[in-house]
Amino acid sequence: MKRREFIKLSSVASAGAVVSPTLMLGGCASKPLPGTGAVTKSPTVCDMCFWKCAGEVYKEDGELWKITGNADDLHSGGRLCTRGTGGPGAYLDPDRLRQPLMRVVVDGRQTFQEVSWDEALQFIAAKMRGIAETVGPERMALLHHGAGGHHFLHLLRAFGSDSHAEPAFAQCRGPRDVGFRLTFGESASSPERTDMANARCIVLLGSHIGENLHNGQVQTLTEAINKDATLITVDPRFSVPAGKSKHWLPIKPGTDIALLLGWMNVVIEEELYDKDYVERYAIGFEQLAAHVRQYTPEWVFLETGIRPEVIRETAREMGKAAPATVVHPGRHATWYGDDTQRSRAIAILNALLGSWNRKGGFYIPEKVDMPHYPLPDYPKPKFKTGDAYPGKWPFASQGVTNGVIEASIGDDAFFKGWMVYGTNLPQTIPGAVDKLRAAADSLDLVVVVETMPSEMTGYADVILPECTFLERYDDIRNSGERHPSLALRMPAFEPKHESKPGWWIAKQLGEHLGLKQYFPWNDYADKLDWELQQVGSSLEEMQKIGVKNFPRKRPLYFQEGQNARFYTPSRKIELYSQQLADKGFDPMPVYTPPEPVPSGYYRLNYGRMPAHTFGKTTNNPLLFQLAPENQLWVNPLVANEHGLASGEYVRLASREGAISSKIRVRVTERIGPDSVFMAHGFGHKSKRMRLTAGAGADDSELMTNVKVDPIMGGTGMRGNFVTFVRQPDAGGAA
Amino acid sequence: MTRFVMVIDTRTCIGCGDCVVACKTENNVPEGLNRDWVVEATSGTYPDLKTEFRSERCNHCSNPTCVTLCPTGASHLWKDTNIVLVEPEKCTGCKACIAACPYDARLVMHPEGYIDKCTFCHHRVEEGLDPACVSSCPTGCMYFGTLDDPHSEVSQLLKTRNHKVLKPETGNEPNVYYLI
Repeated sequence: MKRREFIKLSSVASAGAVVSPTLMLGGCASKPLPGTGAVTKSPTVCDMCFWKCAGEVYKEDGELWKITGNADDLHSGGRLCTRGTGGPGAYLDPDRLRQPLMRVVVDGRQTFQEVSWDEALQFIAAKMRGIAETVGPERMALLHHGAGGHHFLHLLRAFGSDSHAEPAFAQCRGPRDVGFRLTFGESASSPERTDMANARCIVLLGSHIGENLHNGQVQTLTEAINKDATLITVDPRFSVPAGKSKHWLPIKPGTDIALLLGWMNVVIEEELYDKDYVERYAIGFEQLAAHVRQYTPEWVFLETGIRPEVIRETAREMGKAAPATVVHPGRHATWYGDDTQRSRAIAILNALLGSWNRKGGFYIPEKVDMPHYPLPDYPKPKFKTGDAYPGKWPFASQGVTNGVIEASIGDDAFFKGWMVYGTNLPQTIPGAVDKLRAAADSLDLVVVVETMPSEMTGYADVILPECTFLERYDDIRNSGERHPSLALRMPAFEPKHESKPGWWIAKQLGEHLGLKQYFPWNDYADKLDWELQQVGSSLEEMQKIGVKNFPRKRPLYFQEGQNARFYTPSRKIELYSQQLADKGFDPMPVYTPPEPVPSGYYRLNYGRMPAHTFGKTTNNPLLFQLAPENQLWVNPLVANEHGLASGEYVRLASREGAISSKIRVRVTERIGPDSVFMAHGFGHKSKRMRLTAGAGADDSELMTNVKVDPIMGGTGMRGNFVTFVRQPDAGGAA
Repeated sequence: MTRFVMVIDTRTCIGCGDCVVACKTENNVPEGLNRDWVVEATSGTYPDLKTEFRSERCNHCSNPTCVTLCPTGASHLWKDTNIVLVEPEKCTGCKACIAACPYDARLVMHPEGYIDKCTFCHHRVEEGLDPACVSSCPTGCMYFGTLDDPHSEVSQLLKTRNHKVLKPETGNEPNVYYLI
């Protein structure tokens, strides 16, 4: 028997009551009109995705009624998105984790048993102390996603480890942020600092805003459409923004860098670039001009399938609108393993157009300068996260989750313990289930902190149930925005069942580890109040208003002709990157053709749907009703060739032999005949998520051809090829 | 009679379904039922395509056949407006209104046996608020107001933008407009 079997949570040895499958959404005939009871409201910061919109939680006669946007909030403009509006479903979900669970052996079989918080925490603290004493505290790593991860990062740092990674880096935004930082010395931020509301031209490359509902992005893009800005969308799929665009460029997948280089060629050859801006702020223009001379629109056409005149026309549109042109940095950028270079190309094109830190291009975000609660210094760790994978990925500015997983496999592995917060790694790291199992089998301790019984909980020694965002305080939201702004998440309800807030779990665990001095607050409210008092507010004020906006201290954009220093080694915008050259990488982006689609296979394209934040929300009873499963988009020609019809179920097989769960076919012209498409986040196997278990397919388990970005460790996910499995019931788990 | 209309801009509707969820939470719509929904209509052949998203619901017609054909008077107009409501106490669940409605499935059967439908959130309208779907829409593509005021936002939009209604040939005079 493996030391750690993957336990499907259906096999929990439950000491508690049987969970009723009934949803709690019903109304009744005699119910009076909404809002006629006693209505109260309290502020929140939404946790349905990671955009962190501020909202208001309405209760009627003490029961949760609805959640709406806070009108003073820049992230939401007073309007929550589909998922945010569906926030009540997170709180009401009957499948939520209820009680700490511990892996035990019953009759020779591993299973989970409900335990008390004290028992769970004592077990974890003893294991962590053991790791610290034998190999050092740095061998305990945190893998996390979301605002509450901060509590556990604080805990681990107090414990003596700074080892941590977020899939948000190497599985999502990392290449973009590294590419922009190499060019401008700063990242594109979250929320993205795009000034789309004032743009005259917006270019989206594979970024399907409107399908991903990053609220401020959707709203500012809409504002641009309402003001008749020119929208150019590059996407092999007829995405939602493609349908709103003046120019849709149905590019051959994987050739974006060629198009970007072609655009640079036109912008430079036709002198559409901002000469003053480039001269004042950038270095390496001559090298760049010489480099892109070879990428003529005629040459680019052969690679991308985009006609030369369209390349020229769209480049002219960008030049005409500049600097009010946003070549959008995108968000999920880990596509083909050369993603940092593609992001560099996007950054460089923006630099040529002079749009960085200019009105209608990118603004300069500003936060509130709010002091942190005074705490003792952390002990100095002997190792950094990157020491677990020495010599790899020199520009990884954050922990690389896939690197941490690989450094956790085997008896001599670097890492000995994991704390996993808010991230469902089996659906997040492409094709990594075998590695996760091997890692879990090697590690001395796996703790999973979650609200839902996700697949990741099946790898845990201990599962700690966190309450939802509607039942807890977290840190004050203080993101860089157009105006400095603070927002409060506070509990609208007591935690359900035995679930607890992340801050409470971290504090209790800290106390079990003898780290009490790092957690001096009795209630997190005390900490928040102290911090708010430092900037002239208070918890009491924030509990009333939810959002507090502050005046800016510096301009939103560069002033005309001002001098500026960038956070790069040269203090200039680096069109030519000596940093990259010094490490043996291309100093300017070079196009490499993508692997061709093998005969009989289709490129697996994936993305988002507006009803869900990938697998995080698919079991939410409100959002499940809107979108219960994902669908496989298939071009009619392909459907005809394979005898597929809309509504029937198929499985997919990757070229390397992975088989997916069943997925419903949707025959549509919105995808070309070389690809298939599905939204990410379905195909759940955890049976305790009863609504979503077995619904749809999981794209990440078909990703058996992952190309890792040598610059920063990102996992390129778009180079995968699939074909249809004719008997839907054969092979794979449904 | 006050004429309330909804105007939805298909140019900025992204089909996200926020309107559906907002309606469900605002009005506590039973599980599995919706009073509004989103239609995606794609035409053309790859890569020459057009997609239109439409948020649809009861059209609160000026000539509502569901009201005229209701045998019990349950289907009625709210106050002196075009907002069509159903009185649960009077409704026998006979479905005559469903048959009378030219817009299939505008009306749904509540599990307790009466017809449930979009109310244009008249409880909010009474307080001067927009319906929940309109006020939640992240793209702000939905507008609500009265056509009696020629200066209202909805009047101005219909004056200045091309628009359509669904099935104008039925003579029901629907009051949900789509800007195209």
